[in-house]
Amino acid sequence: MTDGAELRRRAQEFLAAYPPDGTERAEFLKARFDAGLAWVHYPEGLGGLGAPRSLQAVVDAELEAAGAPDNDPRRIGIGLGMAAPTILRFGTEEQKRSFLRPLWVGDEVWCQLFSEPGAGSDLAALGTRAVRDGDTWVVNGQKVWTSGAHAARWAILIARTDPEVPKHRGITYFVCDMTDPGVEVRPLRQITGEAEFNEVFLTDVTIPDAHRLGEIGDGWKVAQTTLMNERVSIGGARIPREGGMIGPVVEAWRERPELRTHDLHQRLLKLWVEAEVARLTGERLRQQLVAGQPGPEGSGMKLGFARLNQEISGLEVELLGEEGLLYEDWTMRRPEKVDFVGRDAGYRYLRAKGNSIEGGTSEVLLNIVAERVLGLPSEPRTDKDVAWKDLAR
Amino acid sequence: MEGSGPLSTQTTQSPQPAQRDLLYSEEEEALRSVVRGLLADHCDATAVLTRTESAEPHDRELWKALTDGMGLAGLLVPEELGGQGATHREAAVVIEELGRAVAPVPYLTSAVIATEALLACDSDAARELLGMLAAGRTVGVLTVPLATAPGGALPDVRAQDGALRGSVPGVADAVAADVFLVPTSAGLFAVDATEDGVTVAPQTSLDLTRPLATVTFEGARARAVGPESGPAVRRGLRAGAGLLASEQLGLADWCLTETVRYTKERTQFNRPVGSFQALKHRLAQLWLEVVNLRAAARNAADTLAAGSADADVAAALAQAYASPATVHIAEEALQLHAGIGMTWEHPVHLYLKRAKSDSIALGSVGRHREELAARVNLPAP
Repeated sequence: MTDGAELRRRAQEFLAAYPPDGTERAEFLKARFDAGLAWVHYPEGLGGLGAPRSLQAVVDAELEAAGAPDNDPRRIGIGLGMAAPTILRFGTEEQKRSFLRPLWVGDEVWCQLFSEPGAGSDLAALGTRAVRDGDTWVVNGQKVWTSGAHAARWAILIARTDPEVPKHRGITYFVCDMTDPGVEVRPLRQITGEAEFNEVFLTDVTIPDAHRLGEIGDGWKVAQTTLMNERVSIGGARIPREGGMIGPVVEAWRERPELRTHDLHQRLLKLWVEAEVARLTGERLRQQLVAGQPGPEGSGMKLGFARLNQEISGLEVELLGEEGLLYEDWTMRRPEKVDFVGRDAGYRYLRAKGNSIEGGTSEVLLNIVAERVLGLPSEPRTDKDVAWKDLAR
Repeated sequence: MEGSGPLSTQTTQSPQPAQRDLLYSEEEEALRSVVRGLLADHCDATAVLTRTESAEPHDRELWKALTDGMGLAGLLVPEELGGQGATHREAAVVIEELGRAVAPVPYLTSAVIATEALLACDSDAARELLGMLAAGRTVGVLTVPLATAPGGALPDVRAQDGALRGSVPGVADAVAADVFLVPTSAGLFAVDATEDGVTVAPQTSLDLTRPLATVTFEGARARAVGPESGPAVRRGLRAGAGLLASEQLGLADWCLTETVRYTKERTQFNRPVGSFQALKHRLAQLWLEVVNLRAAARNAADTLAAGSADADVAAALAQAYASPATVHIAEEALQLHAGIGMTWEHPVHLYLKRAKSDSIALGSVGRHREELAARVNLPAP
């Protein structure tokens, strides 16, 4: 049985063998994976020890205290948060062995080829086709809102393999090689002026059947695992009081009394209260997970943070007054990771608009809460028994 | 979009509070289950409604069951003084259930506010009274208007030669009180309700289940229980404000649960009304508010229980969030019940009245925001 004390001991032994200040970063991370200290709840040989997930915190604390390099989750967030749990659950042994180690170490960046121009919230309506040709599949279609595609080595991809059945049933899940000559990545410039996302055009892309995840036609079920993990990773971060978006606003309020007005004071206090309460809700969820009683609160965390981020960043622009009229830089750039840190208020305001769209729109998440948490009846569905090819598009 | 989410932006901060335990323990869940069972048997909505129209607004039988039978009035009182020596965490669970039932009992006023005020007084008289309040056979009420915030101005009752003179309106549960705790500039005094010179004049209250009265003292004989009113009243009201959030949570949770049930059953246009997206989204929003409210209420109860330095912030935070959220949830519950919700016979109005009254009780949102502004260094212009 692996307990906290045992993991602490293993972490200390590992640090003795690979002292952070005397070990090259890549070597350290690979060794950490091989020691089972990458994600302790994964199986042995795949970066873990089959230990309870909650004990990862013990390992992280030991390694962090020793100044260990991290594996840069912001750059490889899609791989860690979405591709990895899906591969672990649905992948073959060969897929797990070849994909998980370079993914965790950060040698290989992953992206997600799900959304399409005509299939966002109604994701199962997707039209990208994968046609079987012997041991390979030939894929044609267009994907959109793909963050990190320009830096990615691999993609998780869902494509239609049977148009004759209703839309949820004819989808299959693949791993796509982004270096395939049929893959074209074009930057998609956004409201912020940057191209953090991409359009991806797939023209006669060949995918070996060995890179299929799960059964043919089972792609929707596999994708649910990915999407669930995506929402957890977006809403579940632990933050201190005044962490997150409220931080720069309270800092400006304290340091620059000339900006203060009574109206802004009331709105700031209201949002301070809401941010602190949301933080406590996140903490409560975390405590439930540690206690082994996961609550449904996670379903709402992303909704709450999306609205708060938008309101707070909107207030921040107003608080700054004349400065709020300015913007840092409209030059088209392709950032490798998304971060609000070190950016100005205008960027935060504009980028936060995506928080209620990415990873499931707030409208779709409200439906999920209403139906799965509150048990309310589902919307009448007119497309449920109609073959995908017969749907109006 | 398939981006990563909001990420932390670290800046200079006010001091970080210690990490609180925001869950319910097994013992607390067991306590909840017993109290809920008792309330299901003794305090259904029809009975509460009938009582509001009677001459006896408080449910003395229920009070006896809660106090004599279960010792719940003494949760916050140390064992050596005749209480249970439990904490605000357990009291919060009881209050949550009382809120869920809009129970007409003086628990918040006697077992929390008056009790906490006495716990701040180091005197034999205070200790004796604490034992009596803990037993539940004596109901004590702190004689300040229900709207008074922790740190708010106190009523002007004068003490001279052991006799009190003055009048205090808006005192909650005064009609049920056996003893009044009266703050004066000469200290905190106790007066029996039966004493000559004490008059309790019921007022017509918005919240029928927590009735208000004007208490007048005309030369009433009083005994001193503490040399200073300020700290005792502040402690009483702070605990009251912190735990009121649990009452609001109970109210809100009932409103949401009943509204979800109703919208699943009620059909219009040949569908359950709960299948319409416009209503589903509103209900999901209410659920989010309840989830947040629960975290804020548990945080307030746990900081009070631990005597944490963050307890003032936690109580003000809980009230600043809980008051508008609970009123919103109760108002939505009424609207989503539509016609039947607007009637006297459906209990939702009892919850709306209590929710609105609670939003003013122990300080309005504005007062609690001001308190926070001072305590977390967000000064006004």
